[in-house]
Amino acid sequence: MPLLSRKATCSFHGQDSSYFLGWQEYEKNPYDEVKNPKGIIQMGLAENQLSFDLLESWMAKNPGAAGFERDGQSIFRELALFQDYHGLPAFKKALVDFMAEIRGNKVTFDPNHIVLTAGATSANETLMFCLAEQGDAFLLPTPYYPGFDRDLKWRTGVEIVPIHCTSSNRFQITASALEVAYQQAQKVKLRVKGVLVTNPSNPLGTTMTRDELDLLINFIADKEIHLISDEIYSGTVFSSPAFVSIMEVLKDRNPKNTEVWDRVHVVYSLSKDLGLPGFRVGVIYSNDSIIVAAATKMSSFGLVSSQTQYLLSAMLSDKKFTKEYISKNHKRLQKRQSKLVSGLEKASIGCLKSNAGLFCWVDMRHLLSSNTFEAEMELWKRIVYDVKLNISPGSSCHCTEPGWFRVCFADMSEDTLKLAMQRLKSFVSSTTINNRSHQDLKNSRRKLRTEWVFGLSFLSLNDREPD
Amino acid sequence: MAFATKNRQLLSRIATNDRPGENSPYFEGWKAYDSNPFHPTQNPDGVIQMGLAENQLCFDLIKKWILKNPQASICTAEGVDKFKDISIFQDYHGQKEFREAVAKFMGRVGGNMVTFDPNRIVMSGGATGANETVMFCLADPGDAFLVPSPYYPAFLRDLRWRTGLEIVPVDCNSSNNFRITRAALEEAYERAQRLNINVKGVIIANPSNPLGTTLDRETMRSLVSFINEKNIHLVCDEIYAASVFSSPRFISVAEIIQDMDCNRDLIHIVYSLSKDMGFPGFRVGIVYSFNDLVVHCARKMSSFGLVSSQTQYLLASMLSDEEFVENFLKESSQRLAKRHRVFTHGLEQVGISCLKGNAGLFSWMDMRPLLKEQTVEGEMELWRVIVNEVKLNVSPGSSFQCSEPGWFRVCFANMDDEIVEIALDRIGKFVRQGKEEDVAPKKPKRWQKKLHYLFCCCR
Repeated sequence: MPLLSRKATCSFHGQDSSYFLGWQEYEKNPYDEVKNPKGIIQMGLAENQLSFDLLESWMAKNPGAAGFERDGQSIFRELALFQDYHGLPAFKKALVDFMAEIRGNKVTFDPNHIVLTAGATSANETLMFCLAEQGDAFLLPTPYYPGFDRDLKWRTGVEIVPIHCTSSNRFQITASALEVAYQQAQKVKLRVKGVLVTNPSNPLGTTMTRDELDLLINFIADKEIHLISDEIYSGTVFSSPAFVSIMEVLKDRNPKNTEVWDRVHVVYSLSKDLGLPGFRVGVIYSNDSIIVAAATKMSSFGLVSSQTQYLLSAMLSDKKFTKEYISKNHKRLQKRQSKLVSGLEKASIGCLKSNAGLFCWVDMRHLLSSNTFEAEMELWKRIVYDVKLNISPGSSCHCTEPGWFRVCFADMSEDTLKLAMQRLKSFVSSTTINNRSHQDLKNSRRKLRTEWVFGLSFLSLNDREPD
Repeated sequence: MAFATKNRQLLSRIATNDRPGENSPYFEGWKAYDSNPFHPTQNPDGVIQMGLAENQLCFDLIKKWILKNPQASICTAEGVDKFKDISIFQDYHGQKEFREAVAKFMGRVGGNMVTFDPNRIVMSGGATGANETVMFCLADPGDAFLVPSPYYPAFLRDLRWRTGLEIVPVDCNSSNNFRITRAALEEAYERAQRLNINVKGVIIANPSNPLGTTLDRETMRSLVSFINEKNIHLVCDEIYAASVFSSPRFISVAEIIQDMDCNRDLIHIVYSLSKDMGFPGFRVGIVYSFNDLVVHCARKMSSFGLVSSQTQYLLASMLSDEEFVENFLKESSQRLAKRHRVFTHGLEQVGISCLKGNAGLFSWMDMRPLLKEQTVEGEMELWRVIVNEVKLNVSPGSSFQCSEPGWFRVCFANMDDEIVEIALDRIGKFVRQGKEEDVAPKKPKRWQKKLHYLFCCCR
């Protein structure tokens, strides 16, 4: 009899993927400006490190929240004992207000429909446990966050069937792609229980259009299945078009108390918008009270520390602070993103035009020795080991086209970003591409130039601007 | 509405079954408390909560430490320079200082008879998360774990709900003070085999909830040799390890295997700070396994329930303070001992005896003499009187799967001294009144409902 469970011995946790292997290489040789200037620069971590000063200054002005005090009285005991899986009411209220504010107050949320979980990791898994079981599947548009392979499938037994999206239309979801995925699931005898999207998208860094959202609602209504919208990056939308939540579209077209209303669920977290992944604050929001009830009970397996709930409820209740934070955070993200984009341009590399997230979806197809995933891996290894940048290859995100990479920009200082871009530029200019002539390179770039709807400025090898 | 039913069919079986076990009549006790909670001045006739195994006796010591150590909080002026590093720290290995401090604390709690390796410390969302995680690592849906009864009611949820596992109870009874015997283990194992249930291991709580006793060395050795022979796992939930207040001292399974020939890949410990330190809100659960693969797997699974880095940082600092820990454990033990003494003495005075306990935050009360009939129904009838008339929320033994009716778990560490006195006073009055009623003509009972299987979801 095998000693351990199948779950313990399989590789479903997905941690043998290149996404995680890159991190391991980084950990062996991490860049440090002073101690290890030749180390690997981490650009594979979608963290928001740009706005800690704002959080720290709030803390300095609010010592009570920090020190387990309310109105001068110690509430340590109350907090230490608080393990009610319904969560701290003040925290839930502050969260729904914050979520509404991010959405321009076009949607409101009911605190009684919020479930607190240990990060979005736990939120997504919990929703799978509630909505699906072994033999069921969820449809996910590619490319998608590599962690979903673990979070959605590992312990739940649920399968992921990809909805293929391509660069031909900026990776947007189409009706036919949805239908093809659905049929594919049926063909392999998987029962489709729903669709899960990330909006804004990881790894694309783009917000979904209203058309896409409408399409999704039509699809799930027609198939009588669920829709989960992971809106973990909703607070990182730094330029137009403005973020449109699935809840806003739902509200606009479907009255409450219809079937579809109860089948749309939102996942949220403070890990990206506030840059607090260590605090493990995840949220499930569902209109369906049965799901809220079941998920609430399941949250017992991963509640949010009461110490953390208390601190953040004080912080998020400070409306003056949240308004200032959201606005400044957006500006800083936009500024940093444009530094990455222009740095890439100088290295003759383009990326998908993005308006959100902590990363860009970078097009390195022209640097591949062949249009294959093997070539993508080959290029990726060179970038990790020779150029010493940990970026995430598109294949780890299940992208169907080789040559795309996710590159993060908010988890380092501006100087480090500049250095990373210099390294990349040196690499591109010194690299010899196997079986491709210089002319081939120019031709492929010209082709790319016409493909870009939004006209990224693209410099050829002959007329690069000096740094 | 019709679509509500349709939508319900679109949910998983897990979401709609009764395995979390909260749809049981037991919750009358909790509802009775919630709708009428005792308060010394605002509601002196309310229900006193004695169903909640919390340790509220030592907050003064912790508060004092926190005030003296502002740097342990990342939000104070003294600690805020750590804020950024801590708040982005989501590595599932956990903070090194936190693991080291917890390992040292566990060693100290085990009487310094064992050294725990910080690299085997894996975080989880409380012991609730830890127990579930261990089950996910060790067994597949349909497999079973043997659990000595009476046992913590929420095991039914934690071990079975999302994992798809089964529990096979190992019967323990008052004939030998509820000790786990080899014969009982063999009987449970064979029973499972006859039903074609694949037994993957045994899970025990030591100290025991609800018994309030530590397992003796002989029983522990017998357990280890049993699982070793059968080549199945042993999971020891040691969540009450530091709540031992009188002899015999606590003996961790880690100590037992030090001088036993056994396959260490089968040995796993679950721990938490919820009971010993009184921090259930902070959700600090620990999986400690001697099996490298299990450590590896549990660590990956801990992504689903990491301890907040803010909390890790605070507790790393607190538990590394050796002087504080030494003093805390000593004080806590003394206060628990005193509270236990006062409480059990008070019960004895009115003729109620308890299983002789030396640990935990509760007593296992013998109310068999008060039952009108020695059945589960008799127990529930008595229980309803205690909740609704005596106004004490205690936990009936049937909710712990106890095979003998008439036993009740009553918690004594979640209140202050005055409330203990009030509770004892109420019990006394009830017992005396019951004796008088035995003499007087019987009144018709008001609650002759058919009672269902009950479930208590607090420890």
